[in-house]
Amino acid sequence: MSTDQPLVLGIETSCDETGVGIVRGTELLADAVASSVEQHARFGGVVPEVASRAHLQAMVPTVHRACAEAGVALADIDAIAVTAGPGLAGALLVGVAAAKAYALALDKPLYAVNHLSAHVAVDLLDNGPLDQACIALLVSGGHSSILQVPRVGGQELTELGATLDDAAGEAFDKVARLLGLGFPGGPLIDRAARDGDRDAIAFPRGMTGAHDDPLAFSFSGLKTAVARWVEARQRAGEPVPVADVAASFQEAVVDVLSAKAVRAATEAGIEHLLLGGGVAANSRLRELTAQRCERAGLRLRVPRPKLCTDNGAMVAALGAQLVEHGAAASRLDVATDSSMPIADVLAR
Amino acid sequence: MLALVLDTSSAAVTAGLVDCAPDQPVLLAERVTVDARAHAELLIPSLRACLVSAGVRIADLAAVVAGVGPGPYTGLRVGLMTAAALADATGLPGYGVCSLDAIAAAHPDQQDLLVAGDARRKEVYWARYRHGERIGEPAVSKPAELVAKRVGGSAMAGAGARLYAEVLGLPLLDGDFPTVAGLAACAAERVRDRAPGEVLVPLYLRRPDAVEPTARKPVTA
Ligand SMILES: [Zn+2]
Repeated sequence: MSTDQPLVLGIETSCDETGVGIVRGTELLADAVASSVEQHARFGGVVPEVASRAHLQAMVPTVHRACAEAGVALADIDAIAVTAGPGLAGALLVGVAAAKAYALALDKPLYAVNHLSAHVAVDLLDNGPLDQACIALLVSGGHSSILQVPRVGGQELTELGATLDDAAGEAFDKVARLLGLGFPGGPLIDRAARDGDRDAIAFPRGMTGAHDDPLAFSFSGLKTAVARWVEARQRAGEPVPVADVAASFQEAVVDVLSAKAVRAATEAGIEHLLLGGGVAANSRLRELTAQRCERAGLRLRVPRPKLCTDNGAMVAALGAQLVEHGAAASRLDVATDSSMPIADVLAR
Repeated sequence: MLALVLDTSSAAVTAGLVDCAPDQPVLLAERVTVDARAHAELLIPSLRACLVSAGVRIADLAAVVAGVGPGPYTGLRVGLMTAAALADATGLPGYGVCSLDAIAAAHPDQQDLLVAGDARRKEVYWARYRHGERIGEPAVSKPAELVAKRVGGSAMAGAGARLYAEVLGLPLLDGDFPTVAGLAACAAERVRDRAPGEVLVPLYLRRPDAVEPTARKPVTA
């Protein structure tokens, strides 16, 4: 197998997106995604069994779409990468079963990788290689962490801070539901906030007190504060200014996220800040982080929004890095791990 | 006409290799492990072990045969995803077999056989067979409902039958899980005829558990 610029197929099924991506080294060739999000909308959240059924149905057609998009045949693939965790247990199993079968049938090595590391590695596809360390702000429906990353796509990363309660994306979903905007909350709040005043309501900034962990997050109190504010309005018989609430809530989240990420990079003397995960698709988080990075003299790396949300290309991107750096492949009896620790980049 | 055979509809992780060319299919290799939580880990290594022990390469295969359930979903999906991806990667046809049929295939002489798998939640997946031929579609029921509806038979088999033997009250035959031989028997004709490959659709028999949310509780009660 060529370890230089390997052709890697990546499979992602940790939540409700069936993602299949193909990369050659750090070049993106295909990013095919089949989403079951509409099937979950009326339940106000992802229903694991519905997601798992959809993954099984969508997998082979999505692999075909990715191959067609990339203009490659399955036989050309050098390695298979797949999300082993963290994520929904039953959903992960479908992707890993597919990846193992492709690996056996094609006689190619299997790399069972960490979803969170893949969110970081995907940056290489848009912003190219980085020859030094960076700080990564990883924010999604399931995670909110600040990571120290010695090498993007490498196997060593350290968590500097994490959320003590809800993930940032979770807070978006809950507030969107409270405002009657629907599911998933992230894009809906982002859209509603465009017509609102982000300074209209002073919502609390969690974990920013003098005695709080400077790199930890908490979004549960904010979510409750938004609910109290809205309920007070409703009890008074006054209309709820949805756009202002959305904008002010969003500002409270992205203010804390970007401030702490910039602080982590500045304190560590690290010049590059990387943004990843589904919430990194949020337009205000991108804008505010860019402003603050510029002021602090940091370089911001953030992939296009489509690569921030869950997809197979990010898994392939991480797989390609592991192949290029000679990592030992996963065994074919490797297990999924729904709560895979963030520091475990590759499961064997 | 070598077929790679698998089933994950029960607590068993079943893998095998069968030559379907002769009238009576010949079992070349088999790996069965009873571990309801290890389908995803063990299935591919078991299939590979079958190939290695029989000295058969992927390129020598003619078909992939998979039990499509009914069975507990998570394990069942592992088998069907595996079979679908193997068939896709190799270009081989995939053939589905109702997993209860594969249990019944071991008892072709039984005039009226009830096959029942463990559906968990105190229920069984079941179907009835006359001389190995299924009557009607597989269903999921509480064992006591089968008795009340007089879904009888002269004998029974399957892990569900063993689990609820007292309630069901029929003579219990051997064969708790679908076997490689049983699966191959149900698909051999399609393998020999080079029938078109099938989309392997799981027999779930139940809708997903999901409830639409009720009104949100206020935080300021
Ligand atoms: Zn994600």
